[in-house]
Amino acid sequence: MGKFEYAPAPESRAIVSLRESYGLFIGGEFTPGVDGLAFKTISPATEEVLAEVTEAGPADVDRAVTAARKAYEQTWSQLPGKERAKYLFRIARIVQEKARELAVLESLDNGKPIRESRDVDIPLVAAHFFYHAGWADKLEYAGYGAAPRPLGVAGQVIPWNFPLLMLAWKIAPALACGNTAVLKPAETTPLTALAFAEICQQADLPPGVVNIVTGAGETGRALVTHPGIDKVAFTGSTEVGKEIARECAPSRKKLTLELGGKAANIVFEDAPVDQAVEGIVNGIFFNQGHVCCAGSRLLVQESVYGEVLAALRRRLETLRLGDPLDKNTDVGAINSAAQLAKIRELSEIGEAEGAQRWSPPCELPVKGFWFPPTVFTGVSQAHRIAREEIFGPVLSVLTFRTPAEAVEKANNTPFGLSAGVWTEKGSLILWMASRLRAGVVWANTFNKFDPASPFGGYKESGYGREGGRHGLEAYLDV
Amino acid sequence: MSDAATANRIAVRKTYKLYIGGAFPRSESGRSYVVTDPKGGFLANAALASRKDARDAVAAARKAFAGWSAATAYNRGQVLYRVAELLEGRRAQFAAEVRLAEGLSARQGDAVVDAAIDRWVWYAGWADKLAQVRGAANPVAGPYFNFSLPEPTGVVAVIAPQTSSLLGFVSVVAPAVVSGNTVVALASERFPLPAVSLSEVLATSDVPGGVINVLTGHTAEVAPWLASHMDVNAIDLCGASGSSPELADDLAVAAAENLKRVVRAGDEDWTLTPGLERMLTYLETKTVWHPAST
Repeated sequence: MGKFEYAPAPESRAIVSLRESYGLFIGGEFTPGVDGLAFKTISPATEEVLAEVTEAGPADVDRAVTAARKAYEQTWSQLPGKERAKYLFRIARIVQEKARELAVLESLDNGKPIRESRDVDIPLVAAHFFYHAGWADKLEYAGYGAAPRPLGVAGQVIPWNFPLLMLAWKIAPALACGNTAVLKPAETTPLTALAFAEICQQADLPPGVVNIVTGAGETGRALVTHPGIDKVAFTGSTEVGKEIARECAPSRKKLTLELGGKAANIVFEDAPVDQAVEGIVNGIFFNQGHVCCAGSRLLVQESVYGEVLAALRRRLETLRLGDPLDKNTDVGAINSAAQLAKIRELSEIGEAEGAQRWSPPCELPVKGFWFPPTVFTGVSQAHRIAREEIFGPVLSVLTFRTPAEAVEKANNTPFGLSAGVWTEKGSLILWMASRLRAGVVWANTFNKFDPASPFGGYKESGYGREGGRHGLEAYLDV
Repeated sequence: MSDAATANRIAVRKTYKLYIGGAFPRSESGRSYVVTDPKGGFLANAALASRKDARDAVAAARKAFAGWSAATAYNRGQVLYRVAELLEGRRAQFAAEVRLAEGLSARQGDAVVDAAIDRWVWYAGWADKLAQVRGAANPVAGPYFNFSLPEPTGVVAVIAPQTSSLLGFVSVVAPAVVSGNTVVALASERFPLPAVSLSEVLATSDVPGGVINVLTGHTAEVAPWLASHMDVNAIDLCGASGSSPELADDLAVAAAENLKRVVRAGDEDWTLTPGLERMLTYLETKTVWHPAST
């Protein structure tokens, strides 16, 4: 089948005005780092340097925590909930006003298609602030007692896959519940967090309520181990999550972790094939598969295996990979050289272990970090590509015969973040949903998110929920 | 029956064993330890559980999880209420045992047993309320029906309080099992006997074998195996936090290896109505999305 040709439709990057270098956002001001260290953030699609960013050392983290503590004690905890709410509403509105700029900036720094940053990430950021703003003066109705108390200062470390959205997931509930925050964005995607700092300034948020410290793993470690914080929230890999859990174990810091996944996307023989294929594609190729809840294991009922695989391959041949700022792009750049190396390594292991690899014909740009949509068939449960999180556009296909076998295979993983079920039979959906050991079950849909909908994992996918009434618990002393 | 005959009668003593998978084995290690009353008088030899016993208990709890978690909340509530009924029938026995073990007065012993029975009743009533209190229908911005439900996390290891041998024990075990989790409980090291007697009640109630497993032994020996066990989903460190904070820290670090859900709180006033913390720690929230369309 021939591919439609599209003329390029690039979004203008002129809307973004980048500074050459950025300081740390501490106590309401951008300030240089104590040690004078810096690193560069690049566009993964072109390897062009976008800006220089300060690497926060322990002394900087300490300054940020001190500023957050002062803000907590002197202003934020004294403010009635209805006034805190107004700041969050303001932030939501400013995000909407700057939506286009933020979307371009996110796609530049992260490599994700503008269509996704424009239609998914940034609208959800605004929605998260709106949703949580409304909770700030209604916490007594959330089910955690008559006068639930905040925890104090939250130390928050977020990943690079949804930079500004993960910031919103962390900061909106923290502030709504009356805490102040020190947040560290990922080292490859700091720019929208720094743009958010400017939004806090525009909103006249009291100094120190939100502090942004940029840096890599060492900065994160300095933050989560700092004795002056009361709460640690981390989204990232299971490996680092366990390290943080160990570090925090002897302390009394409240900890929530949103970690890796290896979700099963289960297609029954009665599922509408075209819809299911859209769900499979959305499940694993959305955001280049850089999604902790990605449907990376496709379980197809044996009787429709041939039909589903043929339809899936046809659909993948129509995906357009390339310039993230092009509005027609479906698959953008891999976020970093390190992540690309990891995806390549696991894919090679997949082949070496005997699975069959397939990608649609797909020209990769010369510069930047790219990996084509890839499907492995003939995968067994013991294969590493069926067990380990690849965090890239790589799908492992397995088959099953009975619903019980599907449940058994889907749950055969130390992870438990999400799962998908495709069938027209309502009773089967509910039967499956009750047996899948996962925090989110998408039935006849996939990768849907909403600030009102609790998100988080079972088992080694972490603990705590983000979003909804349930998400408030992470930031309240209950 | 003459008084003289009664005075001369030799009592039939009880062997205090472990309770694993609905059966009463001795420790596979063949070991036991002496349990005394607070004045040092001999009460009994209790089984000294080993690493293997702990693992067997976890395996039994895992095996029981599928059935217990799938039981209806109404059914679980009734089964737990039945435990309270049976305890009420053995009120005098338990009062005497707690009195002897903890060195309480008659009045104190009665009060402890009454409170323990009432605690079972309180938790039994929670079984079919949790989903309504902890569940939600979520108003997402799209054509989807979206709801969240609480589910049990799996196998819960409980290091029971060291000082409150019956009321404390009940107060840490019941919040785990009420929602469908299964439990491996390590009884108070010094006062293990009332927990063992409770396991005899459990065995004759309708609680399926393996849902609650009871170990006796040295906390410092057995607890680390439970904390590091990769098939345990959550752990209550109460019995370590209260008496040995360093051990509790070590256990919490070991528990991080598979990201167990952890309750850190130590001893508390067990006579007070509990909060929800323990029940909530052992609950996962599952959120389900489904399109609403024609």
